[in-house]
Amino acid sequence: MEIIPTLLKRFVALEVVLALLIISPLTRCQTAPPQSETAKDQKAAPAGPEPVDADAWGQPIIAPEKGRKAAPAPRHDISGIWDPGMRAIEVLGVLGASAMPEDGKPEHQVPYTALGLEALNRSKPSNGPRSVLPAETNDPVVYCDPQGMPREDLYELRTTQILQAPQRVVFLYQFAKVWRVVWMDGRDLPKDPEPRWYGYSVGKWVDDYTFVVQTTGVDERTWVDRVGRPHSSDLRIEERFHRVDHDTLEFTVTIDDPKMYTKPWVAIDRLPFRLQSPKFDVREMICSPTDVAEYNKLVGTPATKKHGQ
Amino acid sequence: MKGKFGMALALGIGISILSLPLLAHHGNAAYDTGKNITLKGTVTQWIWANPHCVLRLDVTDDHGQVVQWAAETENPSSMIHFGWTKQSLKTGDQVTVTVLPVKTGNPVGRILEVVLPDGQKLVGRALPTEYSKPEDSPKQ
Repeated sequence: MEIIPTLLKRFVALEVVLALLIISPLTRCQTAPPQSETAKDQKAAPAGPEPVDADAWGQPIIAPEKGRKAAPAPRHDISGIWDPGMRAIEVLGVLGASAMPEDGKPEHQVPYTALGLEALNRSKPSNGPRSVLPAETNDPVVYCDPQGMPREDLYELRTTQILQAPQRVVFLYQFAKVWRVVWMDGRDLPKDPEPRWYGYSVGKWVDDYTFVVQTTGVDERTWVDRVGRPHSSDLRIEERFHRVDHDTLEFTVTIDDPKMYTKPWVAIDRLPFRLQSPKFDVREMICSPTDVAEYNKLVGTPATKKHGQ
Repeated sequence: MKGKFGMALALGIGISILSLPLLAHHGNAAYDTGKNITLKGTVTQWIWANPHCVLRLDVTDDHGQVVQWAAETENPSSMIHFGWTKQSLKTGDQVTVTVLPVKTGNPVGRILEVVLPDGQKLVGRALPTEYSKPEDSPKQ
């Protein structure tokens, strides 16, 4: 989680000179080479461990692989423990939606309405091209508010568990350890419901291998993504889960909000998830106010306030 | 000795800057992305927790002063991917840590690399970077 310090009031001035003063005495300490006493020290340093994700029982994560041959897809089945790999964390990160990152390129310019642009400028993200200093952010997630929809898809998307029951599909997300229910008993989306952080979802199979979910009724306080794209109460999110083969699920998200955007836009385009062992235990990631307070004490506050402030 | 120090200092800084990972100018505003520094010290605490893991270490400077540093990484779920664990560091370990310092000048930084007592290296994940090469990205 990119949780930024929350207890800060002061604006930070650039202190290059001070930084240099700190660098020079410390670097001087490093200029004398370490004295090797033993034969062991004189051998080349052993290589680090192979980067691998594993659960608390040592079970490893399997990353998505391109061009891998797998068994055919089962019909009407997206259940399982799915992981999108570390690449997903990078592309669904500080530049927002992976298919439309806020990188200044014209093809990634989201089609805002005038209202949408106004709303965008009210959001003050703590990362990305429009980022403000930690003390100035109004990103609700920084304060441990729920990510909600669609942001749970568009930021820190990690190991996702999908459970299928006769009338509903349940999604269990790693980030913030939250869940969602998608109804597939034929009901329509509710009309003008009370807002929820995670909205209301219904889903259906559009073919043997593609499950499509529609979501509305999302609380207006949620951001669409990490860079603060806005939405209104009229937001409708479409998620498509396409079972490519036995081991691969492709995930696509489309944002539709006529108040904020002149037309629907694709936020995630066929992001691949890899099927994990059914015995994989998902690591916990929770925004704990106690953990955040401890972090602020050690890192957040001194990273913002100069010594003695 | 002074001349040697001066040369080594300049070289040290120069090499440090050259070897920096490519960081987007729109990374975390609190960090001084223009430079990194290397610290040798003793681990006093290794906090393996959200939102970030924090390595606390005592670093003795030239004048014999002990400075208490706090160096952060990303969260455990990310660091596991880079070979870090809750057991990677123990109180009392003598380590060498390269960090990206904060602009405020306080002894706080972002870990770029740690060299453990046995010589093993653990690489940190620097600040969140910008969206990179299209060929690596999911189908667009």
